[in-house]
Amino acid sequence: MGYRAKFEVWRGDSSGEGALQPFDVDVEEGEVVLDIVHRLQATQAGDLAVRWNCKAGKCGSCSAEVNGRPRLMCMTRMSTFEENETITITPLRTFPVIRDLVTDVDFNYVKAREVPSFAPPEGVAPGEYRMSQVDVDRPQEFRKCIECYLCQNTCHVVRDHEDNKPEFAGPRYLMRIAELDMHPLDVRNRKEDAQEEHGLGYCNITKCCTEVCPEHIKITDNALIPMKERVVDRKYDPLVWLGKKIFKREELEQREATGQRSLDDAGPENGSPLPADSIGPVGS
Amino acid sequence: MTTTAHDPGAPSAENPGRADIRARTLRRDRWWLAPLVNALGLATFVVYATIRSFWGSAYYVPEYHYLSPFYSPCFSASCVPGSSHFGTFLPEFPAWLPLALLSLPFLLGFRVTCYYYRKSYYRAFWASPPACAVAEPHGKYTGETRFPLILQNAHRYFFYMAFLISLINTYDMVVAFQSDAPDGSGRFGIGLGNVILLVNVIGLWLYTLSCHSCRHITGGRLKHFSKHPVRYRIWTGVSALNTRHMLFAWITIGTLILTDLYIMLVASGTISDLRIVN
Amino acid sequence: MADTSTPDVVHHTYDVLVIGAGGAGLRAAIEARMRGKRVAILSKSLFGKAHTVMAEGGIAASMGNANPRDNWEVHYRDTMRGGKFLNNWRMAELHAKEAPQRVWELETYGALFDRTPEGKISQRNFGGHQFPRLAHVGDRTGLELIRTLQQKIVSLQQEDHARTGDYESDLKVFHEFTVTELFKEGDRIAGAFGYRRPTGEYLCFHAPAVVLATGGIGKSFKVTSNSWEYTGDGHALALRAGARLINMEFVQFHPTGMVWPPSVKGILVTESVRGDGGVLKNSEGERFMFRYIPDVFREQYATSEDEGDRWYDDADNNRRPPELLPRDEVARAINNEVKEGRGSPAGGVYLDIASRRTTEFIRKRLPSMYHQFKELADVDITTEPMEVGPTCHYVMGGVEVDPDTASTVVPGLFAAGEVAGGMHGSNRLGGNSLSDLLVFGCRAGAGAADYLDGLAGVPAVTDEAVDAALAESEKPFSVRGEENAYTLHQELQQTMNDLVGIIRRADEMEMALKRLAELRDRIPRVGVTGGRAYNPGWHLAMDLRNMLVVSQCIAMAALERQESRGGHTRDDYPAMDENWRRELLNCSLVEGPEGPQVELAHQPQPAMRSDLFDLFELDELKKYYTGDELGGHRADQGV
Ligand SMILES: Cc1cc2nc3c(=O)[nH]c(=O)nc-3n(C[C@H](O)[C@H](O)[C@H](O)COP(=O)(O)OP(=O)(O)OC[C@H]3O[C@@H](n4cnc5c(N)ncnc54)[C@H](O)[C@@H]3O)c2cc1C
Ligand code: SF4
Ligand code: SF4
Ligand code: FES
Repeated sequence: MGYRAKFEVWRGDSSGEGALQPFDVDVEEGEVVLDIVHRLQATQAGDLAVRWNCKAGKCGSCSAEVNGRPRLMCMTRMSTFEENETITITPLRTFPVIRDLVTDVDFNYVKAREVPSFAPPEGVAPGEYRMSQVDVDRPQEFRKCIECYLCQNTCHVVRDHEDNKPEFAGPRYLMRIAELDMHPLDVRNRKEDAQEEHGLGYCNITKCCTEVCPEHIKITDNALIPMKERVVDRKYDPLVWLGKKIFKREELEQREATGQRSLDDAGPENGSPLPADSIGPVGS
Repeated sequence: MTTTAHDPGAPSAENPGRADIRARTLRRDRWWLAPLVNALGLATFVVYATIRSFWGSAYYVPEYHYLSPFYSPCFSASCVPGSSHFGTFLPEFPAWLPLALLSLPFLLGFRVTCYYYRKSYYRAFWASPPACAVAEPHGKYTGETRFPLILQNAHRYFFYMAFLISLINTYDMVVAFQSDAPDGSGRFGIGLGNVILLVNVIGLWLYTLSCHSCRHITGGRLKHFSKHPVRYRIWTGVSALNTRHMLFAWITIGTLILTDLYIMLVASGTISDLRIVN
Repeated sequence: MADTSTPDVVHHTYDVLVIGAGGAGLRAAIEARMRGKRVAILSKSLFGKAHTVMAEGGIAASMGNANPRDNWEVHYRDTMRGGKFLNNWRMAELHAKEAPQRVWELETYGALFDRTPEGKISQRNFGGHQFPRLAHVGDRTGLELIRTLQQKIVSLQQEDHARTGDYESDLKVFHEFTVTELFKEGDRIAGAFGYRRPTGEYLCFHAPAVVLATGGIGKSFKVTSNSWEYTGDGHALALRAGARLINMEFVQFHPTGMVWPPSVKGILVTESVRGDGGVLKNSEGERFMFRYIPDVFREQYATSEDEGDRWYDDADNNRRPPELLPRDEVARAINNEVKEGRGSPAGGVYLDIASRRTTEFIRKRLPSMYHQFKELADVDITTEPMEVGPTCHYVMGGVEVDPDTASTVVPGLFAAGEVAGGMHGSNRLGGNSLSDLLVFGCRAGAGAADYLDGLAGVPAVTDEAVDAALAESEKPFSVRGEENAYTLHQELQQTMNDLVGIIRRADEMEMALKRLAELRDRIPRVGVTGGRAYNPGWHLAMDLRNMLVVSQCIAMAALERQESRGGHTRDDYPAMDENWRRELLNCSLVEGPEGPQVELAHQPQPAMRSDLFDLFELDELKKYYTGDELGGHRADQGV
């Protein structure tokens, strides 16, 4: 069943310089691209850098581009290729390379930090949260995200335009905003910010994020477009604007989150419902 | 979106630290096929629709009351007698003005700002991007953040209008089941034209109702579905249609052309309508 | 290629170092930060990708949403039974009592669990749990847990940012960072040393409190559901710092791992498949688990297929099907079926849910299992049975800690999560790990903060210690080694898998110890090619020494324990022996003639507090306890 396949793997360092290096390597039945990279490490290139973790499509570490298509290496079966095909593996293009197939994905962590966190409702104690399944269905779809950053990498807004990086949060984090906006208990209004702070307007809904998402999340249809519509509600819809002015309803429903809690205050206010000493006898 | 010469693969201060891979894409599949087909399809429709809108004749079959969707509603005094189902409160138009002046801009606007067509033509005509993981040829990109593309946000107003026009198209379709009897009185009748009109109207409704703005307005904007069970059900239905929005977009391109073409051929006497009942 | 000049070491100072960014580590960091400490989180993988993301089934907490009769006492009893009464009773008590609070708290951080019709957190059935108890999100609960905690960390950073203008002023994540050594001054913890994986840059952290939350050891076995992170680093770091490991002979083999294709062998098939109605069949189509119900569980499990099937709808009046026995029982049963020739072609048995549930049900409840089989094995689980077999999954053993504060015997060193031992006794119930992470992660964070509050003077890291740690990490570059790290790793895995695996024998384990001793001589001869920047060969070389010492602990303890109990099955001592219930085995590192050696010792198991003891019926206790220990039970005192 096994055969010998031709591979080309990009090898280079953090200067960005490098080249495709050819390899001939054995392939066994049922293997995925990551297995082959591991075989290369064990037999031909001990220091070939590759990032991975779960090898089960759950952690989103092993993102790379296989034959030019952004993919998880651990979920790309060798049986999807012809035996005589040369398979090219390159690092994600949008992020700075660290070495070989590993890129520096810190851009994403920076963007994650810029999205204001979940703002819990006031006066609802832990254990008293009540949410209907129909209300959590939508945000739950987005929470399937394994943060593989394939969408961030593929989105042409930053892939082809490095200069847009400061303005644009990327599909993953625009989706995070949508997730919080649809969270049944989140109390912060996020709509204007999505447009003004996180660059929702840069997205031209060309759907590459959806195409590459290994979790099959309908990012564009279910997060980005609904978010654009929600922004229209607030920013471009005169009727809604008028209604808001007259009834002030939305304001009440969407008051700002209670914001920062002081870390200097001890006790339940600190977020953990148990103050320091009620955590139980210490050292009994 | 300005177009300047730009080599996206080149290592530069613009792309600090990225792997130096010069090729525009390493994809080896036929990624150019989809934008090509899209471009051809859209171009066909645009050319056909433009020609026919300005044609100014062969859009109405008086004996069977078939009215082409490109001429509905027809409000001008220039309209062929009988084709104006809602009166002719507009004066005569000069020949270079399309007769459906009141609906065509909205229909055009609806489709131009449609979330699906946007994807399609941004990719096919603007190459922004031509396909996923294929570099686009533009040096600068601001997306829909400024004029004119910020106007895409007006999609929902076009949707409201398109909804009304779909009602009119439905009325036109129903009226067409009345054909003229030889004695000049009206009677019930069905021809192939009716079937085509019906299919077209169904297609138009599916396309209109599966619109993303419609999905938002009917229920998507709610935070708590559980408090609005009826709207939730409607939203669920619209969402199901919405997953096929692209399909309906292409189907209606086909049915619109087909309907108009058929009516044109019948109205001009090139072929005669295939009658099924009366 | 290798840079020969002595590299620089960058120094950082923090109050608390948390090593590990899994559930336990993040919860500890949150707690320590909320108690006002400056915290650094160090993790080998990227932030948000720790092993916890792989957990599928759920978090066990007796919230009583699905069955109001559930409470902490029932959960406590289930946990003790699952661990065959070898658990540290105080840990099991705290765990059962605090798990609901910890789960509810996640909702205030933004977690979205699946809901019951009343809008509460939905709970599902799992092996060994009497009531539906596992809070879950489809079959990706671990992802939800880690993302929620990650986002809570971010929210704390945002609060710091609002105050100081710097997101990382008081809580910073150093990801892709491997800790190689802990520092002490006298007997107290003073800091830690390690390298950044991407660059190979060395960092020295000065911190008086260190929380170990490094997870498990599965990478020492060939067939495992665990990832490369699980090289037992925390276990080894604790040993080298002078702490003790307990219960190392207990390694859990999950009954259902994938067995085909070979490259995915070991990947987990969640227990929820059985919880949601899946059954195990051998090649003859027989539901064989009915033949494997052990005496101690006779009363709780169905004896006929009909009764087992009725249980899914009416759990109050029927007993549960034996597919939901604790994992050790099911794993052994599968092992035996295969050995007796009734296995599937790839050497497993069949797990069938296709013939028992509708396609929609399966795709809604088990989306990632559907996905996993479809993508990796080309099997559609809604129409075909899966092939499954045991896989190394979890280590019950770990660093010995004080239950209330998670502190070890080394002042300033804390441990929580899978790296800590005691909580699960000889076998862990499914779902009890995620709750363990939260309960004891929180307590470790609190314990570390309290320790700092009571600390007089900050211990200092000496230059010699830093130089020694640096030299150790640099060694593989200077060795013109003839040994290849990948080959040695494979040999180690094969040895553990074949000789200290699911069924153990004295002669095989002696053989294993011999081979491990050989590996011990060979590992220092491993050389690596390439530089320090993201060099997997070097990384593996550094991890190998940890895997080795942990493997030695497992093999030594397993050889010593002459009975079968939970995750430890001896072919030559097939029965459970109540005298062994009182004994715990601990491992420590002592300086020998050829460097540090693992030393094994016995220690008594502390007796259960009487009110907890009374939660059980005397009849049940008799199966586990020797006669003279039963004296204090309420039944004896005529209550
Ligand atoms: C496939 C699978 C499914 C599971 N399903 C369930 C389930 O449904 N329910 C349940 O309760 N349990 C489940 N478990 C068990 C549970 O997930 C783990 O026991 C638990 O996640 C361990 O968490 P932890 O916080 O102790 O460590 P982990 O989440 O494993 O994190 C360890 C951390 O330590 C870091 N680390 C390790 N060594 C070093 C070092 N030297 N330097 C720096 N950092 C280091 C790692 O990078 C990582 O960040 C499952 C386990 C697996 C493998
Ligand atoms: S749909 Fe928007 S966010 Fe997604 S890839 Fe396209 S431009 Fe980027
Ligand atoms: S949304 Fe999908 S593609 Fe994007 S990071 Fe998450 S899992 Fe990856
Ligand atoms: S290794 Fe985790 S997703 Fe591929």
